[in-house]
Amino acid sequence: MKDLDLWVFISVFQEMLGPFLWLLIGLAVSGLTLFLAIVLRERGLSSRRLVWAELVGIVGGVIALLIMWLVTHSGIGDAGGPIDWVLIAAIWTVGAIGTAILAYVALSLFASGDASARQGGRAST
Amino acid sequence: MNGRDAIRDESRRGLDRRKLLKMAMLAGTLPAMATRAAAEEPKVRTQARIVVAGAGAAGLAAASRLARRLDGASIILIDRRREHFYQPGFTLVGAGLKSPSYVISATKDYVPSGVTLIEEQVREFDPVGNKVVTESGRAVPYDYLIVATGLELAYAAIAGMDTALIGRDGIGSVYLSPEGAEATYRELSRFTDKGGVGLFGRPATEMKCAGAPLKYTFITDDILRRRGNRGKAELIYAAHNKVLFSVPIVAEKVRMLYADRGVKTVQDHVMTAIEPGKKIASFRTPTGTAEIKYDFINVVPPMRAPAAVRNSPLPWQSGPWAADGWIEVDRSNLRHTRFPNVFALGDVAGVPKGKTAASVKWQVPVAVDHLVAAIAGGRSQAAYNGYTSCPLITRIGRAMLVEFDYNDNLVPSFPGIIAPLEELWVTWIMKEVALKPTYTAMLRGLA
Ligand SMILES: Cc1cc2nc3c(=O)[nH]c(=O)nc-3n(C[C@H](O)[C@H](O)[C@H](O)COP(=O)(O)OP(=O)(O)OC[C@H]3O[C@@H](n4cnc5c(N)ncnc54)[C@H](O)[C@@H]3O)c2cc1C
Repeated sequence: MKDLDLWVFISVFQEMLGPFLWLLIGLAVSGLTLFLAIVLRERGLSSRRLVWAELVGIVGGVIALLIMWLVTHSGIGDAGGPIDWVLIAAIWTVGAIGTAILAYVALSLFASGDASARQGGRAST
Repeated sequence: MNGRDAIRDESRRGLDRRKLLKMAMLAGTLPAMATRAAAEEPKVRTQARIVVAGAGAAGLAAASRLARRLDGASIILIDRRREHFYQPGFTLVGAGLKSPSYVISATKDYVPSGVTLIEEQVREFDPVGNKVVTESGRAVPYDYLIVATGLELAYAAIAGMDTALIGRDGIGSVYLSPEGAEATYRELSRFTDKGGVGLFGRPATEMKCAGAPLKYTFITDDILRRRGNRGKAELIYAAHNKVLFSVPIVAEKVRMLYADRGVKTVQDHVMTAIEPGKKIASFRTPTGTAEIKYDFINVVPPMRAPAAVRNSPLPWQSGPWAADGWIEVDRSNLRHTRFPNVFALGDVAGVPKGKTAASVKWQVPVAVDHLVAAIAGGRSQAAYNGYTSCPLITRIGRAMLVEFDYNDNLVPSFPGIIAPLEELWVTWIMKEVALKPTYTAMLRGLA
């Protein structure tokens, strides 16, 4: 009786976010494309930028949670069972990865002075 | 209380759905969306004339689905009301978390192309003559009829009660309208600042969203606690019979939670009158009339089928649903048992339980499948098991997902993941963020 249909998902997302849905998808796709392009062009990751991007990502994950709590009139104290903690972790992770990628791209584009110069063999963290 | 005052105005404004990046994934956790999307099968060609009376949740969803499955049919929606109300949101308006604009939209925005909308009420149903007559006297004949008129709130059945009293002298009623829900919050807010007796309850009739009065009691308790005034207030829930909910396992859980929150309950209390001046509500009880003094009351009126339906041959002729005019349908496919070209969907249908938008979501595809099969000269195997659901808010920030069927079985959509009778944040998120988009997608026949 229950098949989840992709179209149902998309329709619900569309109702939820309106035109912002496409903006978000655009941002995610262009962020990811730019990230891959930069990595390919530079044949690797800059560990310096990566560290900064990861730091921004940690904060980004927290901001994602704060936004979620703000718009839903709730807070960390409302978590009541395991699934709530899974959800909190998931929101943090998506927020962290998203902002980290965007931060890496931004650092590469706008602070590109060190781009190829500092590319060392050091591991990222 | 996490040191946050949930009822602040700024946050109410800031609820713009467009900020909800991270929430998107939650849409996947919707209970009611797990059905087949509108059929992929080829459209059925027909000249049939289908009238849908009532353009609320059920009428719009049915018209949208019919428009997707039929080619050449003339589909006519009849409803005078131009505004569409997302009623499950009334509770959030009554909690001060959303403004009335959150629940108000325009009916015509959901009318699918090719469907005609007649902006009038149906005054008379004539299932023998296969026609309905509108208030202007216009007769609209049909081959198939879907009755989706919702129900009537019978405030006048409570002596002394008048909708004009809502929002005054401690009287609230979340059910009436978006404005009524907002006015109720104003009274609630006053009460939760001052304290006193808060009185809650439900009618003895069938009602839509039987969880709503329970939720509102929990919300009141929560707001009192956030404001540090719980000690100044006494909360009383007057049950119309011996239980707090018709599904035993849910009733027990609510009983335990009320004990935990210090909500007093009285049984077998059916509200019959109100004296706004003295702030007294009267109840019919097995031992005579009982009076309870209140400082705040959430009046939930008796409910019955709209007059045009009650005065027609459509209702049950005997049994528990006859008196209030609920339509006599087969509970498994919503088809009229005496007039096989008539279906009743949503609140007006005389079936056990579920007068909810969630039941509408599951009823509509089944009834539409039977109707289309009848047009095509076949039979449909689709059956509705009475599924209904209610995200029972237990405080601002937590809710329990309660899903059940005709047999009082719990039918969780996500067994092992979202526990049905557990107070969870994820369930609250569903209620606040994901249900309205799902509802809207349902109106468009997409979910
Ligand atoms: C406070 C509150 C909280 C709720 N909470 C929830 C919840 O959490 N979850 C949930 O699933 N459900 C909830 N519901 C219930 C849900 O909103 C209803 O069950 C649902 O709207 C029923 O749809 P319907 O189409 O039968 O009726 P409605 O949506 O009420 O639409 C009926 C339509 O018929 C029209 N009409 C009436 N008479 C006539 C006539 N004679 N001719 C033509 N048109 C007519 C009306 O104008 C109206 O537009 C709640 C309801 C309320 C009030």
